[in-house]
Amino acid sequence: MVKYIGKRLIYMFLTMFLIATATFFLMQTLPGSPIASYNKLNESQRAIVEKKYGIDKPKPVQYAIYMKNLAKGDLGTSFVFKGKSVNDLLVNRFKPSFILGAQAMVFGTVVGILLGMLAALRQNTFWDYGSTFFAILGISIPSFVFASLLQYWIASEWHLLPVGLWNDGWKSSILPSIALAMGPLALSARFIRTEMIEVLNSDYITLAKAKGANGYEIAFKHALRNALIPLVTVLGPVAAGLITGSLVVEQIFAIPGIGEQFVSSIMTNDHATIMGTTLFFSAFLIVVIFIVDILYGIIDPRIRLSGGKS
Amino acid sequence: MEKILQVIDLELSFHTFAGEVKAIRGVSFDLHKGETLAIVGESGSGKSVTTKSIMRLLPETSSEFKNGEILFDGKDLTSLPESGMQKIRGKDISMIFQDPMTSLNPTMPIGKQVMEPILKHQKVSKAKAKEVAIELLKMVGIPNAEVRYKMYPHQFSGGQRQRIVIAIALACNPKILIADEPTTALDVTIQAQILELMKDIQKKVDTSIIFITHDLGVVANVADRVAVMYGGRIVEVGTVDEIFYNPQHPYTWGLLSSMPSLDLEEERLYAIPGTPPDLLNPPVGDAFALRSEYALKIDLEQAPPMFQVSDTHYAATWLLHPNAPKVEPPATIIERMKTFRGSRYYEGTDGNLGGEA
Repeated sequence: MVKYIGKRLIYMFLTMFLIATATFFLMQTLPGSPIASYNKLNESQRAIVEKKYGIDKPKPVQYAIYMKNLAKGDLGTSFVFKGKSVNDLLVNRFKPSFILGAQAMVFGTVVGILLGMLAALRQNTFWDYGSTFFAILGISIPSFVFASLLQYWIASEWHLLPVGLWNDGWKSSILPSIALAMGPLALSARFIRTEMIEVLNSDYITLAKAKGANGYEIAFKHALRNALIPLVTVLGPVAAGLITGSLVVEQIFAIPGIGEQFVSSIMTNDHATIMGTTLFFSAFLIVVIFIVDILYGIIDPRIRLSGGKS
Repeated sequence: MEKILQVIDLELSFHTFAGEVKAIRGVSFDLHKGETLAIVGESGSGKSVTTKSIMRLLPETSSEFKNGEILFDGKDLTSLPESGMQKIRGKDISMIFQDPMTSLNPTMPIGKQVMEPILKHQKVSKAKAKEVAIELLKMVGIPNAEVRYKMYPHQFSGGQRQRIVIAIALACNPKILIADEPTTALDVTIQAQILELMKDIQKKVDTSIIFITHDLGVVANVADRVAVMYGGRIVEVGTVDEIFYNPQHPYTWGLLSSMPSLDLEEERLYAIPGTPPDLLNPPVGDAFALRSEYALKIDLEQAPPMFQVSDTHYAATWLLHPNAPKVEPPATIIERMKTFRGSRYYEGTDGNLGGEA
């Protein structure tokens, strides 16, 4: 197990290195430059600014400097928010995004699992068709459409919750979290339904029945854990979906989160912030996938003890 | 002898897209206290369905009792509510399944799986249940039970897993143990061990066993009585000696002839021609008639009733009717009958203990 985790950590660093390199050079191909918007500057002033940010040097040298700073954990200075380090920006912006993401993840998977179980236990009834319909809606309608609909009906028409912004405590987080949760919810519901139906037909469920277990014990004690195994493997990509979803949803609800900043940094060609945010998202995703793999072993003892499936 | 379970004229159908499959078409049998009743028959004859219907483990949505009663402990199990069945399952009647590789929950330690019926049906503490579970695991021959208690099914071999399944079935000292082909998925050496274990346990806990199998060698080894099923009906029932050495139904003759034997010099093993009947449209008369070379005209028109051969021996074939023509069974069957005292081919003297050969 320790060896397995060590190996995984090495791969994770390697992945981060490749992502950093690829992002750095991809960004150089973007049209314009970070200081293109400083259009009031004359030639010599422009040269001073370029020198200050180190973008007058050849690209390989810039890359070497960037990687050196990155190794120290320094993501550089923002071009747009003058004098602010990218690290500070990320830390400030991280909290709302994390709250939204975590709430959406928990709400989406828990409700999705319950919905999927309901559909499987009441197969081919109203409940099954209802939950399937709901799940197909969740999969096919993008989160920004949900976000707009929620904003329109619940916030604007019925005045139940704030339309946007991050100034009303927990209330502000409800609508964006729900909008974000629809994807994971639908996906978990579909996965659990399919898997649960298969598990419920397996011999060990019949044996559990033969022991005198009731419906609740069969569903939660025996079937659920086995039905969760495939879902856990897709939770990594689900987390990825949440991140990309949050880019848009934060924009719609005007939430000062990391996604909102990411989008605006691209608009303003703020290289250091784009790099920093990309790396942050990548690191987040890699860590989530790592946790998912560990979780997989905890849920399925057959994998835990052999230390990796291969 | 005390009857612990009575199945009376049971009829059960499955509703499928193709139509109504009449899987059980009037099955009656008794189970006595402490005996082992073997139910034999080919795939699709209804033997598993019969026992699953006793436990009510068939899908409620697609299966339906059409007629008959299953009497246990003064109750008719066909009409008992689900909550009532839950009190009986695992406590009074428990079951061992065919494939030990799939019948244990892969994500639950085996000790917990053995404890489950104990905690469910007996008012005992967790610590006490654990003690009982470890005792049970020891009894079924799991070495080092205190340590292995915490392990998961994939850490055990097939034979050991079947032992664990048996431990689960025995957890509450059931009155009836249903074993649905418990040795079919195991290799031959392990089969013998599991059969020995089951015989041992029966002596220790005095339970009645219904043993489903298609392996006649296993039947000879474990059973007191045998019921032969074909096409959703019991066609012959008797003591193990009566079935093996004085069979009356042509289907039983076919089954016994298709058993490999070391004594016979025939080079080719006999196989019953044809295929089992389609229970979507079951045949009107004797379901076996179309595959039987001994079929009479009436076999195609009317189902035979059970004819009594002896106090314990009954067979459903028109050949036993007083007006039926006398037919010669296959040579191998006559050889068998020669050793059975009650049979018309008996060759020994009266002092011989027929059937013990």
